[in-house]
This record gives sequence, C-alpha cells and structure tokens, in this order.
Amino acid sequence: MKYVDEFRDPDKARALLREIEKSVARIDTCRHRPLALMEVCGGHTHTIFKFGIETMLPDAIELVHGPGCPVCVLPIGRVDDCVALAETPGVILATFGDAMRVPGSKKSLMQARADGADVRMVYSPLDALRLARDNPDREVVFFGLGFETTMPSTALTVLQAEREGIGNFSLYCNHITIIPTIKAILDSPDVELDGFIGPGHVSMVIGARPYRFIAERYRRPLVIAGFEPLDVLQSVWMVLKQIEQGRCEIENQYGRIVPDDGNRAALEAVERVFELREQFEWRGLGSIDRSGVRVRSAYARYDAERRFAVPSLRIADPEACQCGEVLRGAIKPRHCKVFGTACTPETPLGALMVSSEGACAAYYRYGDLDRIPAEGAPA
Amino acid sequence: MNVAARVPEAGPPEAGRPEAGRPARRRARVNVPTVTLAHGGGGKAMRDLIDDVFLGAFDEHGLAPLEDQARLSLEGGLAPGERLALTTDSYVVDPLFFPGGDIGRLAVYGTVNDLAVGGATPLYLTCSAIIEEGLAVDTLRRVARSMAEAATLCGVRIVTGDTKVVPRGACDKLYLNTAGVGVLRTGISLGVDAARPGDRVLVNGVLGDHGAAILNARGDMALSSPIESDCAPLHGLIAGLLAAVPTVRFMRDLTRGGLATVLNEAAEASAVGIEIDEAATPIREEVNGFCDILGFDPLYLANEGRIACVVPEEDAEVALAALRAHEHGAGAAIIGRITERPAGRVVMRTRFGGRRIVDMLVGDQLPRIC
Repeated sequence: MKYVDEFRDPDKARALLREIEKSVARIDTCRHRPLALMEVCGGHTHTIFKFGIETMLPDAIELVHGPGCPVCVLPIGRVDDCVALAETPGVILATFGDAMRVPGSKKSLMQARADGADVRMVYSPLDALRLARDNPDREVVFFGLGFETTMPSTALTVLQAEREGIGNFSLYCNHITIIPTIKAILDSPDVELDGFIGPGHVSMVIGARPYRFIAERYRRPLVIAGFEPLDVLQSVWMVLKQIEQGRCEIENQYGRIVPDDGNRAALEAVERVFELREQFEWRGLGSIDRSGVRVRSAYARYDAERRFAVPSLRIADPEACQCGEVLRGAIKPRHCKVFGTACTPETPLGALMVSSEGACAAYYRYGDLDRIPAEGAPA
Repeated sequence: MNVAARVPEAGPPEAGRPEAGRPARRRARVNVPTVTLAHGGGGKAMRDLIDDVFLGAFDEHGLAPLEDQARLSLEGGLAPGERLALTTDSYVVDPLFFPGGDIGRLAVYGTVNDLAVGGATPLYLTCSAIIEEGLAVDTLRRVARSMAEAATLCGVRIVTGDTKVVPRGACDKLYLNTAGVGVLRTGISLGVDAARPGDRVLVNGVLGDHGAAILNARGDMALSSPIESDCAPLHGLIAGLLAAVPTVRFMRDLTRGGLATVLNEAAEASAVGIEIDEAATPIREEVNGFCDILGFDPLYLANEGRIACVVPEEDAEVALAALRAHEHGAGAAIIGRITERPAGRVVMRTRFGGRRIVDMLVGDQLPRIC
C-alpha cells in the first residue's frame, strides 16, 4: 500500500531494533528488571500484537497495555442502561460494532438484539443521525463512547441535529477523558512504570501540552506515537533515549498528524456540547474524578440520560475479575485468575476480553508467543 | 412440495426417457410481478412458478415429466473402491447480486467446490429455494438462469428441487440450499489429519476478495474501486492438481472463516504447527486497505474460489506449477509450511519481522456473507 508501506518497512525495523538494543545496554535499570513502558491507547495494543512487535523487542523491555480502549473500561451499569434503552419500545439504538458484545449484568447489546431490540451497528455518529432522519416515527439513541478521539464527531453530530431541527435523535454519552486516567494510574501504589507511549489520535485533538505534568510532576517520559509498526518502534526508541540521557520530556513522534496545540475547531465543538462530570465510573479502575463528560443543559433535548428513564445502577465487577490490575499494568492478562478459563472471548467476564483492542482478547487471539519457542527459518 | 425432473440422458431407459415423438409440454408462465404466498400453496400458482422459473432454466427442452425424486444412474456404475461423495450447503448472502457473482452462482460453485476439494468429480445437484413473499419474479428468474449457466460451466446437472414461500420478514429475500453428489475415484485419500512436518502450504490466489466484495456491496464503505468476488468453480483446477500431485495430503475451500480457520482445523486435527509467511501470502492491496479501515483481518474473510492445500515438501513446486497452469490458479503461492511445534497452532511470521499467533475466529462482527 502506498504511503502505508513505508511505515511497515522491515529493513528500517531492523535498524531501529539495533538502536533499541544499544540503548537498552546503556541503561542501568535494565540490569535488575525489565523497563516497563505503557502504551496508553488500545490502537497501539492492536498494532503491537498484529505485527508481533513484542516478539521483536529485547527481553529488557516490557510493554504494559494500558486503559485506552474505551469499550474495555465501560462499567457494567452503563452497559445495562444501554440495554434498557435498546429495549425501550420505539427506540433504535445505534452503536459502534465493538460495543455490541460487551457483557452487562444480564446481557450484551448483541443478546438484546437477538431478544428483539432494534440495535443497529454504525461506523459514525452521522450514520445514527441519518437513521433518525430516515425513521421520523422512531427515537434514535446513539451510544456515544470513546476518548477525545471520538468526542468531536459526536459533538458535531449533536450540533448538526440542532441545525437540522431533528427531534428524534439523542446521545447516551459515555465519553471519557484521558488525562485524569493517566494521573489515576500514576497515583496507584501497585504500578511501576518507566515511561509512556502516548496516544496518537487523542493527541491529534488535545495536542501535546496537556501531558506536561507527567514529565514535570511525575518525572516520566512520554512520546506521542503513531499507529504504524515503525511509529511504535521509533517511539519506544525515543523513550529509551530519554531514560538513557536522564531526560523526562513530552516528545511528539506523530508530528505528521499531531499539532502541539491540538485541533482548535474540534476542541471548540467539544467545549460547546459537553461539560465535565464530577466523577465517572471505570470498569476495573473504579470512580475517577472529572474523567467523563456529559451533555450540557443547553443541549438537554439531545441527552438520552435526561430524556429516558434508565436504571443507572452501579454494579460491581465480577469478583473473580482482575481487569483493573490488567488495566493498570499491575499484572499481565495471563496472570489473571480467570484468563482463558472462566473468561474467554466466547464468554467474556470482563470487557478486556471482548474488544479487539482489549489486552486480554489480544493475548488470547494473537497469543503469548514468548511462551512458544521459535522453530527454524521461514518457509 | 418437492418436484424432480427426470434425467433422461443420465438415466437408463426404464427410468423415464421420453418416448420418441412425444410432444414437449408447454411451459407455464407466471404473469404477476412478485412472488406471493399463493406461490407456495401447492396449487397451480406454485406449479407455474416452478415451471416458469426453475424448470425454465434447468430443463431447457421441457421434456422431463415431473416426479418427487430424481432418478440417477452412473455411467458404468461404481468401480470397486470408488465411493459416492455427498454434500449440502445453504446460501443466505445479502445482497443477492454482488460484483463478481450472485447467490445462484455461489450456490452452484460452493457445492461443486465442496465435492471437488474432497477429490470427488461433481455430477448432480439439487436446488431448494426459500423465498420471501414480495420477491420479484424476475429476480428469481435471473438467479435461476445464473444457476443454470454455472451448472453448465461445471458439467453438473440440477436434477431435483423444492420451493417454499414464507411471509414477509420470515426470511431475507431468498435463501438457497444445494446438495451435490459426486464420485470419488480410487487412489485419492485426502484428510484434515494428514499434514506432516516439512509439508508445504499453498493457496491458489489472492485472499479475502469475496468477503470484502460482499461487505462493500452492502454500501457500508462505498469504496471507489469496487472489489470483485472471487467466486469460481474449482473442480478443474483441483483435477489438474491431483493429476500432477497425487500425494496431496489435504485440501479445503476457504469459505466462511477464511484461511485462518481452515489452517487451525488442519493444525489441530494433524497435531502439528503451521507457520505462514505474511510476505508470501497474496492479498490484494485494496482488500488490505479495506480491512485496515474497518479493523478486519483478511485471513478471516470468506473466499468462494480459493483453496488451501498441503503437499509434501518435494512436491511443492510441481503443485505450484499445476495450480498456476489453471485460470483460477494464476495467483497461486506457497505460503507456509508444517512444523512440529507448536502443535495445534498457526503462527504467522509478519512482514515486519515479528511473529504472532493466528487463532480461530471466536465470534464476529461481520454480517453474514455466504
């Protein structure tokens, strides 16, 4: 593929890996324990597994798969609310495909659809708005979720609905923000991280500046990274360089997409439509202050939480689940008590096993090749 | 109700060869634009629909009297050691017509291919149609004609069938089922458990075109350069391969679940590992791009004209040449090999230089595609 192939070039990968090995050899910490680098974003987790990047890196580097998969951190109570909305007579619930299989306390949206609810898969919130336009006698509720990456498109859709005067469209808002979450992880006692691979698409919206506290207050390096495999390798190398040279800075490897100041138009749309909630519940991580947004009262008529009665119950994660420890990087998926036994992609207990960006599903699907010895040369 | 046309030239004289000089029946004609429940009622309307649409396509000469079963005979009978092969498959693809094929073509090629990958020579097919009330009769005619053309191309005859009409909403436009009978000659022994370390894995062309074409035809992504389905009959390609390399261990068509699923089944059944090389695995640029955008993996996309086969290492080049010699094998490639470990698993060596496990697909987000 033109344009993409140059970011997947194995020769450049080999050259970068040699530099990474040299850098590791110069870092003292590596003699005692592996360096733990967290990729915050689920998109990076996906790239790492798809291209086998973990199998290429030296043993002295351990990649910790962070909380950046919005589907994975959705608490059970919010899924239940969504199922209740979908089962409300007259409602069409529009959702991204990934959210279909996330287990609620009784069922997922997929099961609700099998039971007769009208659940439609869409690729963009504008598709949901089109559904509303095409079905004027139905109420269309869009299951909005994601970090700052998807927030602007949801906000613009609400603004578009207002402009067109579409009255049968509303948003069940589960959008979350990345910065308080990184801070919560840095503040938790069982986490030891040496640096971050920063989220690329979130940063395209918010820019590089909001991460400064990570370098200044927590003394950890962060490199904003792109999503092609060479992007990830180069970013790992840039973090190592900082550690090697004793620097803690916010660097931008993904400069071709991410401006330092972010995207002003996108941020303005977000600011117009959304406001911070005091608290938002995360699966596995518990309640995090000011980590989620809701629809401002000026747009109340587009807010499904105001327009429909939903149970809004807080439901604890299953006791056996160790999603939180996996999300914080305190344990690897395979160390979870129920990984691959009670919790599998067919019968997921936690959302990390459901989404293609979830660390557990990635481990289950693409495997833990460290434990399988390589054999011979390629065919 | 089940209606079978007799098979004059295939059957012995007592099985109903029309008497010389007997006039052909006049073909009935359906004069309404859409199928209604009346066409499933068992009366004249149904009889006319079958006569017009299906017999009109499958029994051009209109000579065969209708019975409840097809009566078949095999020229020369079965030789000692020869066996019959029987298969059935249902087709529910949406949309009914897509770039590179349609549901009728798919229903014939799919069943022919299921027979062929076992080493059988396909002979006869059945055709059952479940029709949603409201389907245009012309649509049904188009599908039946497409089936007839496909059958002719494959050298098989559609000899019996059934139609049902269900109320609107009880099915989606049209579902087809075809069963197929073929003869398995002696000396061919293919098995999913027959792969041995050192063997090579081959495919006959680029992967994932059908799955991507169907998804794109549903209009979700509106790609500017439409991808065409790979839907094709493979009996000729397979016959050529088996003639050149009788030692083929295993062969499977790569339909639902794609290459990844078939290789996982082989790895498990043969208790071997399979290592495939991403750089050697042919996938069209457009299909890769399409999958990148949607987050799919082309290894799991359905194909309707692709097989994977496992052959002993020393026969791999001959097998490759035999595949490439056929029009449906021009893009054939050796993509991997059988290893001792990890037993039961498929590993891909990525183009980028890493390795990853290619697991069975668990559930999928894809709407039905074949």
